[in-house]
Amino acid sequence: MLGFVVRRVLLVIPTFIAIAFLTFIAIRLVPGDPIEVRTGERGISPERLAQFRHELGLDQPVWKQFLDYLWQLAHGNFGTSISTHAPVLTEFLTLFPATLELAISAMLFATILGIPAGVIAATRRGTFIDYTLMGAALTGFSMPIFWWGLLLVLFFSVNLGWTPVSGRIDLLYYFEPVTGFMLIDSWLSGEEGAFRSAVMHLILPAIVLGTIPLATIARMTRSAMLEILGEDYVRTARAKGLSPFRVVGFHALRNALIPVVTVIGLQVGALMAGAVLTEYIFSWPGIGTWLIESINRRDYPVLQGGILLVSGIVILINILVDLLYGVLNPRIRHAR
Amino acid sequence: MKTFARLLTATMLVAGLASAAEAKTLVYCAEGSPENFNPQINTTGTSLDAARPAYNQLVQFEPGTTNVIPALAEKWDISEDGKEITFHLRKGVKFHSTKNFTPTRDFNADDVIFSFERQWKADNPFHKVSGGAYDYFNDMGMPDLLKSIDKVDDYTVKFTLSRPEAPFLANLAMDFATIMSKEFADAMLAAGTPEQVDQVPVGTGPFSFVAYQKDSVIRYKPFPDYWGGKPKIDGLVFAITKDPTARWSKLQKGECHIMPFPNPADLDAIGKDPNINLLQQPGLNIGYLAFNVEKKPFDDKRVRLAMAHAIDKNAIIKDVYLGAGQPAKNLIPPTIWGYNDAVVDYGYDPEKAKALLKEAGLEGGFETDLWWMPVQRPYNPNAKRIAEMIQADLAKLNIKANLVSYEWGEYRKRMQAGEHQMGQLGWTGDNGDPDNFFFLLSCEAARPGGQNLSKWCNKEFDDRLNKAKSLFDKAERTKLYEEMQVIQHDDYPMMPIAHSVVFEPVRKEVSGYKVSPLGRHEFTDVELK
Amino acid sequence: MPADRTVTAAAPTVKAPPGPFVAFFRDFSENRAALVGLIILSLLVFVAIFANFLAPYSPYEQFRDFVRTPPAWAEGGNSAFLLGTDEIGRDMLSRLIFGARLSLFIGLSVVVASMAVGIVLGLVAAFAPGWPSIVIMRAMDVILSVPSLLLAIVIVAIIGPSLTNTIIAITVVYLPYYVRLVRASALQEKTRDYVTAARVGGAGTLRIMFKTVLPNCMAPIIVQAALTISNAILEAAALGFLGLGAQPPSPEWGAMLASAREFLQSAPWIVTEPGLAILITVLSINLVGDGLRDALDPKMRRS
Repeated sequence: MLGFVVRRVLLVIPTFIAIAFLTFIAIRLVPGDPIEVRTGERGISPERLAQFRHELGLDQPVWKQFLDYLWQLAHGNFGTSISTHAPVLTEFLTLFPATLELAISAMLFATILGIPAGVIAATRRGTFIDYTLMGAALTGFSMPIFWWGLLLVLFFSVNLGWTPVSGRIDLLYYFEPVTGFMLIDSWLSGEEGAFRSAVMHLILPAIVLGTIPLATIARMTRSAMLEILGEDYVRTARAKGLSPFRVVGFHALRNALIPVVTVIGLQVGALMAGAVLTEYIFSWPGIGTWLIESINRRDYPVLQGGILLVSGIVILINILVDLLYGVLNPRIRHAR
Repeated sequence: MKTFARLLTATMLVAGLASAAEAKTLVYCAEGSPENFNPQINTTGTSLDAARPAYNQLVQFEPGTTNVIPALAEKWDISEDGKEITFHLRKGVKFHSTKNFTPTRDFNADDVIFSFERQWKADNPFHKVSGGAYDYFNDMGMPDLLKSIDKVDDYTVKFTLSRPEAPFLANLAMDFATIMSKEFADAMLAAGTPEQVDQVPVGTGPFSFVAYQKDSVIRYKPFPDYWGGKPKIDGLVFAITKDPTARWSKLQKGECHIMPFPNPADLDAIGKDPNINLLQQPGLNIGYLAFNVEKKPFDDKRVRLAMAHAIDKNAIIKDVYLGAGQPAKNLIPPTIWGYNDAVVDYGYDPEKAKALLKEAGLEGGFETDLWWMPVQRPYNPNAKRIAEMIQADLAKLNIKANLVSYEWGEYRKRMQAGEHQMGQLGWTGDNGDPDNFFFLLSCEAARPGGQNLSKWCNKEFDDRLNKAKSLFDKAERTKLYEEMQVIQHDDYPMMPIAHSVVFEPVRKEVSGYKVSPLGRHEFTDVELK
Repeated sequence: MPADRTVTAAAPTVKAPPGPFVAFFRDFSENRAALVGLIILSLLVFVAIFANFLAPYSPYEQFRDFVRTPPAWAEGGNSAFLLGTDEIGRDMLSRLIFGARLSLFIGLSVVVASMAVGIVLGLVAAFAPGWPSIVIMRAMDVILSVPSLLLAIVIVAIIGPSLTNTIIAITVVYLPYYVRLVRASALQEKTRDYVTAARVGGAGTLRIMFKTVLPNCMAPIIVQAALTISNAILEAAALGFLGLGAQPPSPEWGAMLASAREFLQSAPWIVTEPGLAILITVLSINLVGDGLRDALDPKMRRS
């Protein structure tokens, strides 16, 4: 088991360097310039442009810039934002909890609704309920989430006035971030209504981001369940007279969860992609908004560091999923 | 949990927000996050607005106008030749304190000299801090203009200029001329954290800084020792809300009191809301379509005039500005002195356009590019939509316009290099002086890389421009500027499209708020009912 | 008619003998949802192809007197503009019809491109162990570890926003799925007796790769293709929504939706209609895709 972990982690290092290299090169191919883009209608004189490029080290040969960058990275330094002058890692760490909170809520929403929906559809196979649930799941799966987000805002926030339009909490409430997770912070703050406000702000974005994972999980659970329910040991369990609930809930679901867990894990990348759009629509101050803006600002260090950190997290979670898969499925563990 | 409770009490003490609902906290739904809190470095209105509550300049614009009035300087003398300006500083002005800095002295001449030398002198220890870009200082021509700044005594500072320059005082009221605390800067330098000067605003302004969370909120509290008297609100909060529709719903629900840049599409609804005052003021700006006179077919005046008749300006005002704009016929907005109202705009008349094209031998039409800027500006809320409309108008004359756009920095650079045939851009005034607009069509700016996007160099126009700049007499200058507008109208190097109308919805419980013609958002004199 | 062609033309290559083909067709047509999907999709394809004849107006013509006219059934609607007009007076219906052409074109191009490149790279990775395989698979790992939309955004930022570049960017994003799929199935097939037989029979590597092995790997690739079309359409719309896709005045659905976002409250149809069009298109493709998968997957067929 340990050997497997070590091997997986070691395998990540070249991938990571490759990502660093490719983003580095790619970003320098993007037309535009981090200094030019910041100037207004006036523009900037060539002399001052040259001076700034020199100060930022942008006049160095690209290979040297890259080596310097790797050297920095090796020391845990992700560089400094060109537009805010704050360290990239600091900015990432301040904004990441917001994205994480959103992503976790979305996944919880998706899992809590998705697995039961899948199980119900599987056990009622071919019935009206099955068709309805799977029709809804396929619709969710086909959803352009930016549009879905706008529709929900239009309906719940604008027409009904139930939920706020954007942000993480009402500005009436003010407390120093402790964990960075608004739900926890607002609850800790003890301020009346703060927690409720944080929840209300989170609902729509979480639903929007959770829609596609929800659909995927429901569909996956259903097909995994169908497969398992047809297998011999389940038939045996049934024949033994075990209650259907026990059969479905214990024997079948446990095994059906294996592919489902994998799917949940594989959703992480998709979730980050979805977070970009969700954050964009709800002005959610997270990593997605940050990266999009860094592209617009041609803020090389932020874009590089951000993509690297995000990919690092995706890779890490994929490894965790592999491990979890091994734990859930002894056959695989032994095979390794 | 204990630490947390302590933290909480501490923050509440600091913020003075023990019960946020009762305290009169003004919430301003800002449109974005500031880059930092130093107006000397910043160029975006968003960043300048965010730092302004903490700071003052030697002189200031009277709220709601472009008139220059005293601020940190109580009065000033101008020498006969106009080259020496002596400022007499206000006494007993206090700087703010922070967690790790408490001022030991009042504001004095050292602070003034420090504030300008940081931007001016490369050997100032702060010159390179935070990237060292002083765009406004350089753009307003300060390095050329300033000869010396001398401390006469603790409360007297003398500025010596290399030439008399009429708009100089107005320049000193701009944000780049903000006065920072030398004592704070020295303390931060000694502590090895000079960049703190740009992250934590310590100034003499009406509000002192409390906290900033990126993309979410900026908090200020009133400064009890403010030289102009303590502000009448108990707190000032910038709620950062990037989406205009979201800002509007927050305002509607009372989650904020004032919002900038409403979505033009929402103006109707905003105007009808009984809890909202919709303030408006003509903006100090111009959105235009530049014809590159160095390129075919726009080197022919007849073609340029044909464009004037072919493009339906009023439709653009109606469908793109949605009421938040007025059609432009001159380069400067009507709110600036020197505006020539006698100029009569060319009307929308496709037949006339056809005739002009035929005269120019282009009755069969031609192909051109049409550039649209990728950013939103008050003077041009949606360049893409304007481009689509112009494209449709021109298609009726068999002119095929290809839409072109680049990322903003690239876009501006390429236009300044003259790569376009026809392209949109605009200008926002800095200080209310006509010269601040007309230099855009000077021969000097027509060089490759210059800001004259028509690359138009007209001797008659240029001579008058230079003459007007050296004169102090407003009447004489006005006459010259009026003539220049006629020349420009006749030769038509660019098509003025619109001046924006700035709308600012403000909740009824707010009083004393004025819309700034300079596009600023100031809260010093605001009260909450 | 892209989808029909995929179905009918691809099926024979999957299983050459007629028996399975009949079974496939029977299974597919028994799946009512898939049939409905196929019908909607065929309609969309028909509309896309004959857009010039079906659209009441040009998608670019601006009716300046009818700006933001609501759909015909709504209050203030005009029967001349069945689905209303957009923010500068263009007929929504006509733009949506021409938009169908764009979206399907994007989806199809991405599938063809990523499938073609993916098959070649995947087969090379399977048949050339050693560094070509390592380089290809590591490169795919890199692509996969960057969130798809983010990667597409960066690529578009580099090569500039346009319809073609949108297609290129999304192709790159979907490439790894094909490469992995092809390599995995090819590795499996490689050890089979018929491949050995072919090799013994003197077939060259290229011939074995493309003529012997590839046809037997096609089933999962086709299912993946259906998935790619729908995802590519979604992704392209998202790029359009962020202003990085097709450029104005082209009636791309995502871009249409984004350009009128400010009218969400006052003229919601400009925003809702293109989104609905995207949803219906993607949904119908997914229905067909599900049907294909069920029909091609023997396990699902029998259960």
